[in-house]
Amino acid sequence: MEQKPSQVSREQGLRWLKDMSRIRRMEEKCAELYGQEKIRGFLHLYIGEEAVAAGAMSELGEDDAVVATYREHGHALMRGISMNAIMAEMYGKLEGCSHGRGGSMHLFDAATRFYGGNAIVSGGLPLSIGLALADKMQNRKRVTACFFGEGAVAEGEFHESLNLAALWQLPVLFVCENNLYAMGTALARSESVTDIHLKAESYGIFSAAVDGMDVISVNTAVCDAVKRIRKKSAPAFLEMRTYRFRAHSMFDPELYRNKEEVEQWKQLCPVATLTARLRAQQVIGEEDIAAIENAVAEEIQTAIDFAEAGHWEPVEDLMKDIYTNRG
Amino acid sequence: MKTTYREAIRAALREALQQDKRVFLMGEDVGRYGGCYAVSQGLLQEFGEERIRDTPLSESAFVGAGIGAALGGMRPIVEVMTVNFSLLCLDQIVNTAATLRHMSGGQFSVPIVLRMTTGAGRQLAAQHSHSLECWYAHVPGLRVIAPATLEDMRGMLRLALDDPDPVIIFEHNALYNREGDLAEDNNVTDIRRAAVRRQGKDISLICYGGNLHKTLEAAEQLVLNGIDAEVIDLRSLRPLDEETVLASVRKTRRAVMIDESWRSGSLAAEIGMRVAEQAFYDLDAPLARVCTAEVPIPYPGHLEQAALPQVETIVSKAQEAMAQNV
Repeated sequence: MEQKPSQVSREQGLRWLKDMSRIRRMEEKCAELYGQEKIRGFLHLYIGEEAVAAGAMSELGEDDAVVATYREHGHALMRGISMNAIMAEMYGKLEGCSHGRGGSMHLFDAATRFYGGNAIVSGGLPLSIGLALADKMQNRKRVTACFFGEGAVAEGEFHESLNLAALWQLPVLFVCENNLYAMGTALARSESVTDIHLKAESYGIFSAAVDGMDVISVNTAVCDAVKRIRKKSAPAFLEMRTYRFRAHSMFDPELYRNKEEVEQWKQLCPVATLTARLRAQQVIGEEDIAAIENAVAEEIQTAIDFAEAGHWEPVEDLMKDIYTNRG
Repeated sequence: MKTTYREAIRAALREALQQDKRVFLMGEDVGRYGGCYAVSQGLLQEFGEERIRDTPLSESAFVGAGIGAALGGMRPIVEVMTVNFSLLCLDQIVNTAATLRHMSGGQFSVPIVLRMTTGAGRQLAAQHSHSLECWYAHVPGLRVIAPATLEDMRGMLRLALDDPDPVIIFEHNALYNREGDLAEDNNVTDIRRAAVRRQGKDISLICYGGNLHKTLEAAEQLVLNGIDAEVIDLRSLRPLDEETVLASVRKTRRAVMIDESWRSGSLAAEIGMRVAEQAFYDLDAPLARVCTAEVPIPYPGHLEQAALPQVETIVSKAQEAMAQNV
């Protein structure tokens, strides 16, 4: 695990605090909206894992690409997709970032090179290989960041993709968000080797395990990995050890883990621990925290209003966007 | 110019690689080995390892990589040795290539071309002989084509590369060695319209890919029985050119579908149903079809041949249809 640097600047601290609060509060609101049946389908919340997206995404440039999973609200938000467009997508409105056709699990955005929102476990890994291959073949110095959960490790595509990335020396940053449960199956119940970063190492890929509950550790590790990828044009692999505080999805009664375990991990809440640290270091005060909370609440309300005011796509357009030139 | 189907595809690949720097060929054994069916022989020497890219036996990863590369601005041609192996990358083709455009609200196109061999007839037994084109033709977001002539083999690749959406080209393995004349100037193909390969007035024989030649042969035999059959080559399996099929059936008033898939859930079933839906009252006889027997393709030659559509079965089905009047 990475060492935590002792001092965080006020500016950086406030930025991370705000970023993580945006994800946290937006998703808490999403859960409420789900209860009101404003948001339908599957909804997978990222609460507890905010440090990963917040710490990682700032190290990517505009030209870089991001591939994510169905638990991608945080990644999408951190990548710079507006909360308005994300919320409208969850509603299924035309103004959503995927024009309403994808929903919670399929956020996409060409402008920020955000390639999903992939709801097939491990399905995004081969895609990230191809994006990086295209960059390499066209002599572009870009990085493709691929986020996936530890459940993906059991899929063949994980191994096929790691092998190709190493074999062809492709600039991919693999970010495994190890939250210990693939839906309801604990890692130890599905993997013979639970040190996931060792699997990447076995393919000859630079890899490390990172405290995924600590935004500073995440950021430091990603910063190093991205530098390394750009310098060597070779893949890197980070195993973020994290935890989701909420159920797998809104349909999950969480029969597979006990409350004590969840409570223990909650002690490591990335938002609370960063807040406590910044306070202790006297970098921020109560008014800073209040200001962030107010700004975030306002952003969320604006997003909800935006989504509510959005439009349902006319049924006549049902057959749109199946093929490029036809219908 | 005298050439083979294999050489026609190779010529098309070479031309595509020459004309567009974004084009590259990727797949198992396409480079050093020269392609499992020797289609890409010599291309590695001509274009180098970057563009004639050998892959590990990782169908899902390299097809997915092709999809990613297409998103990243390249024009990948990905060869999957046979349709049987493509089941290992069904997820990437069906869940990713076919859906990305729609799920992203039209933001991303996936201009990938997938080539795969299909069909039986070489005693390769059950795991190398299946015809699963109809599975892909079932999926919105994919274009599925089956070139059956030299012109189509050479011409369809270019049209597939020009298409901004994922295109799957099915090459029947029995065709590679066929020889024929091919004009130097090759502008006769089309991947949107079915082709009338033989004009006739008595019955429509509707087929595609590897069965075109058997069907044309059957049509010649039928002439001896005084039956003038029209032969329709579908060319595009998705979308289907209904218009050409319906126009032919309305003219001849009888139809037999010839399809190397198993009949349950086959393209023959789909076409038959469309004809029934739209031209029922134009028919003078019940619709009929010649498909592969519903058995995993057996290894022994005589059993394999017995399972597949044959000229004689096409002829007899057509004669039966001609003998009926409703």
